[in-house]
Amino acid sequence: MATSAPLRWDRQIQRRLARGEESALGELYDQFAPLVHGLAHRVLSDSDAAEQITREVFSHVWEHPAEFDPAHGSMRSWIGTLTHRRSVERLRREHGLPTGPEQFGEAVEPSSLEEEVLAAATAARVQYVVASLPQVLRETLVLTYFGGRTYQQAAKELGVSAATAKHRMRLGLQLLASALASETTP
Amino acid sequence: MTAAPEPVPEPAYDHELLRGLIGAWALDACPAEEAAQVEHHLAGCPSCAEEANRLRDAAGWLSADEPLDPEPNLRGSVLTRALALRPPQVRVPDYAAAYIAETARLDSLLRDLGELDWLESAELRWHGGTEHRRPAGVLCHLTAVDGVLALALGLPDPSRGSDLVERSDWLRDTSQRRSPEAVRAMWRAQTRAIVEQAALAAAAAGPAAGDVEVDYGAFSIPVRDSFLDRAFECWIHAEDIAEAVGYPYGPPRGVHMRQLIGLAARLLPLALMGLRAAGLASLTSWRDLSYGDPRGPRAVKLIIEGRGESEWLIPLEADAPAPPPDTEPVATLAVDGVEFCFLAAAHRDPDRLPCGITGDRAAARDLLHATRLLSRP
Repeated sequence: MATSAPLRWDRQIQRRLARGEESALGELYDQFAPLVHGLAHRVLSDSDAAEQITREVFSHVWEHPAEFDPAHGSMRSWIGTLTHRRSVERLRREHGLPTGPEQFGEAVEPSSLEEEVLAAATAARVQYVVASLPQVLRETLVLTYFGGRTYQQAAKELGVSAATAKHRMRLGLQLLASALASETTP
Repeated sequence: MTAAPEPVPEPAYDHELLRGLIGAWALDACPAEEAAQVEHHLAGCPSCAEEANRLRDAAGWLSADEPLDPEPNLRGSVLTRALALRPPQVRVPDYAAAYIAETARLDSLLRDLGELDWLESAELRWHGGTEHRRPAGVLCHLTAVDGVLALALGLPDPSRGSDLVERSDWLRDTSQRRSPEAVRAMWRAQTRAIVEQAALAAAAAGPAAGDVEVDYGAFSIPVRDSFLDRAFECWIHAEDIAEAVGYPYGPPRGVHMRQLIGLAARLLPLALMGLRAAGLASLTSWRDLSYGDPRGPRAVKLIIEGRGESEWLIPLEADAPAPPPDTEPVATLAVDGVEFCFLAAAHRDPDRLPCGITGDRAAARDLLHATRLLSRP
């Protein structure tokens, strides 16, 4: 799905971060702060906490640019994963919920300055697809992704078996992924 | 940690079971132990790894509907913390700060423009007239003039020619068939390249990098001033676009406003010369005497109030020596910082600007009229 332009940008910004270019950190912030802050705020419902997560995520990227592996996905996806993990871990810690998985995982998807347009189009498309998902799939995805629930907790709250919850998560994401693939592959 | 409610067969984790967990894993919804098992499995199973990447990607887009920009002050605190943890090898020079902030603000505004907004017409005013341009046309203008700074830094020229109007027209004509978003990407990419290049130049040459002259055709100013000039025009035209599409916009931060006003203060003696050449200012002929002498050079104290609060001693004669700090001004002119900037952009009438004047009213009035002459098409 990833096109060459965003991958090139991802690699360039990674090289510049590694060289210690302050301007690269600024660009990264301007590009991804709405994503990082928005996602952290959505999960934690707390401005101070969201700002703290934002500081942590950008500090992490600035200190460890070599951790980003373009083979496993885009810069946007890596930063989104870092943000979601931290937000969910914090939520579970504060609410005494079991902690989630440790550091790992990236994905493939398009992004970069030049590709922001594509990102915006994709975002709009995703909203449409999410909105048209069957209700049971949508509520499962939203409860887990933004509510920070494990699949077992989600199952309990939704009154279904753990197997059903897992299945809905996988099916919902597969439907989303297919819609994204048809969006970005002409 | 809660135990899985369903009976787990032996062996605990096989391919099918782990494959079934990929959706939950992509949502960070597995307990730590299961997540570790999934990840261990992914490392050795290409088909599961492929699905995991795909679903993780899809999950990432769930959060794509957050349109709100974070607090403007957050940027500073995020960068400060990161740079304290790992000092940068290549710092961004201070004189680029206002330009970075203003281009980022305009870019946020552009991100919110809808298809119809791009068809609106912005009114661009300068002291010699008014032009109407669509937002993409305004961006071509900004890109073409930013181009002279880009050139001075050794970057490629996005346009042609040395006259600023000619440069803007050329770029607008050749961009007619580009989409507004493509024009925006062109403008944004150059703003970033300019900052990156200026940082590299400053790292290599030190403060001297800011002294390199930027050729604007009719005049030239050093790189450090050019950054302020470009930040100023970016802000003003962002206001013009915001007005055209009916979006709210605000002035730059106070610390940046002070820098922008400082540039105007440095250029004012030249503008006063232009005002006199046009026969629009009270005539003076100073002799080689000190400030304070009735026949010597004169200065007006400009007092900026509100945002960008500061004081500037402006010599009324461009060829006179710089006034010493204890010079007794012939007049003081007190004006709001934002209003002063709008006047410098010819967005205000110098005769109707709310201001406080003491002393020589004609001298203060000359200064106001000269300020308006700082505007360019």
